[in-house]
Amino acid sequence: MSRIVIEAENISKQYRLGVVSGKTLSDDLKRSLYRMLGKPDPLATVGVENDRTTVTDSQYVWALRDINFEVEQGEVLGIIGRNGAGKSTLLKILSRVTMPSTGEIRVKGRIASLLEVGTGFHPELTGRENIFLNGAILGMTKNEIKRKFDEIVAFSGVARYIDTPVKRYSSGMYVRLAFAVAAHLEPEILVIDEVLAVGDSEFQKKCLGKMKEVAGGGRTVLFVSHNMGAVSDICDKALLIDKGRISARGQADAVIREYVNQTLRFDLSSKDSLSDPQFRRGSGHVRIGGLRMFNALSGEETNEFEPGNDVRIEIDMEAHQATDELYFLMGLRSSLSREMVTSTGRIALGGMSGGQTKKASVVLPALNLSPGVYETYYWIGSRMQEHPYDVIDNLTAPLVVKIPADGQALSTGYFKLPFKLDL
Amino acid sequence: MKKENWDLIIRPHQRFFDLNLREVWRYRDLVMQFVRRDIVAVYKQTLLGPVWFVVQPILTTIVFTFVFGNLAGLAPDNVPTALFYMAGIIPWNYFSECLMKTSTTFTGNASIYGKVYFPRLVMPFSVVISNMAKLGIQLIILAIVWLYYYLKGGYDFQLSPVLLLLPVVIIIMAGLGLSLGILISSLTTKYRDFAFLVAFGVELLKFASTLIFPLFLIKNDTYRTIIYANPMTSIIETFRFALMGKGAEFNPMALVYSAVFMVVVFLFSALLFNRVEKSFMDTV
Repeated sequence: MSRIVIEAENISKQYRLGVVSGKTLSDDLKRSLYRMLGKPDPLATVGVENDRTTVTDSQYVWALRDINFEVEQGEVLGIIGRNGAGKSTLLKILSRVTMPSTGEIRVKGRIASLLEVGTGFHPELTGRENIFLNGAILGMTKNEIKRKFDEIVAFSGVARYIDTPVKRYSSGMYVRLAFAVAAHLEPEILVIDEVLAVGDSEFQKKCLGKMKEVAGGGRTVLFVSHNMGAVSDICDKALLIDKGRISARGQADAVIREYVNQTLRFDLSSKDSLSDPQFRRGSGHVRIGGLRMFNALSGEETNEFEPGNDVRIEIDMEAHQATDELYFLMGLRSSLSREMVTSTGRIALGGMSGGQTKKASVVLPALNLSPGVYETYYWIGSRMQEHPYDVIDNLTAPLVVKIPADGQALSTGYFKLPFKLDL
Repeated sequence: MKKENWDLIIRPHQRFFDLNLREVWRYRDLVMQFVRRDIVAVYKQTLLGPVWFVVQPILTTIVFTFVFGNLAGLAPDNVPTALFYMAGIIPWNYFSECLMKTSTTFTGNASIYGKVYFPRLVMPFSVVISNMAKLGIQLIILAIVWLYYYLKGGYDFQLSPVLLLLPVVIIIMAGLGLSLGILISSLTTKYRDFAFLVAFGVELLKFASTLIFPLFLIKNDTYRTIIYANPMTSIIETFRFALMGKGAEFNPMALVYSAVFMVVVFLFSALLFNRVEKSFMDTV
């Protein structure tokens, strides 16, 4: 029988927007008056959903709304979501930095949280002194720290500088030491926020290894991260928070897939600046008047594909001056790294006379890109590369490759290369 | 709710009467780490180190002796003026530093408080204790000054048995500084108005005590009551009386008043502090 160690019931957190002012005082007075009269908080009914992109008149916003979940002993739960979805607020409530506006969380066992590495490090103190200070802040007793001191120093790899004030440390040494202390905490429940993103890749690997070890040791861990690789690696279960509510929960891989597909959703209408000449480059001999993306198989107009789909792109062109030659080229660029991922060769489309319109269609067969968002780049011009007629650089909807329902949530690299095996 | 034994329940507002001092005790190692940090870190990279702890009371004593003693002639004639002022300045400084430092508990430690949980009272407690180390060093200087005047002769003064009460007096003083400090700290998380009051409020309180003049100069009963209403008055008086046996007034009832005052304010402030600590991160 599994044992439930954390039980969250109807957790909500309301924040007030704007600055603290006289108006805040009047709200406070209203609140305490109602409380004295034994009535419910009048301001608990107002407030809007936690969505940063919309502007509202409401002074109050719900950073979290009706969060319910349970965590079993030994479970490693990943908490994922976009920036501002409410993950950190939930962590803050769990670590008792702030309290919920409503609801209750019941916890069994000692809970320690790591919202930051090196909390309370004092620059003037030496590494040794800071280990004791930071350890105590994180909830360790002096004896516990003494017992683990050598281990901590060895893990951090700064043994040589242990009696030097940490203000003389390089930032890398500083975070190594800080993480080393944190890694040796031994509470029954550990709450961790994003702290993995420290140090060089070698040390990060070490950190991840340590995390796995902690997770594997039967301890309950709540882990918030944007690093989907780490979440899928470490966590068995995951919780997806969107706009202050839980939008998915379950097996880590399924939730990650849901999350990635959610972030890949892209509103077609939000990006169509073709008609705005301000963003256009090129001489304008020939202009691209329209661009449409289709799933070549179904014929449906869409910018979302699954790996392996055939993509068809239709281009409308209008010549303003007669040209003898017209070449077309298109590229896809990873929206994260801004690096060109793939491009077609130049395709000759023949000449055009002034005023003529032309329609071309390009097919990208069996698109084998990894899931992600790809910005598009279209170019038309003459044989001389330097003189484009028109360039559409990330002005239309990006090409989105989604994770197929039965696919692996995560893959590395931009494509899967086909290969043949010879035995 | 199901009948289960939960170790911790996180919910909007806990009962008002929930001091949780036991939890502070569990974190005593942390208190000592903060104390250590406060003492060690301040004088790192100084040549004289802890000597700086005594420079300030010595200079203040010299100025007071000159201005209030020699120029204004406020000090009593039958005891050494420097000893008279130093015996007041040292406890007063302890009190005012405890108060000033703990009054910024929430605003000053927001970066730590915002990242990790430990009983918030740990911080002000550590301030009071680390200042006690400083007080100890200053008391040694006071003893040296006392010995100097004693051996030099010319004044007829001696230690009084009241000296045995000094540990109690110091605890009352620590409690007063702590309680008033955390009270102000709790009141200023959202509205900073009170913060402006602290610095000059403490300064004004100084003049409503017997720091500058001996109590016997005040003949008017109303004024005496006002001066005695300041809980620090009886503490300064007891300090002086304990050291010199004269030039001050040892009033047990006034001391009891200070102690009761301290306990009442402490309970109230600690409860308020506990309430504020749960949500101050949202408003600080």
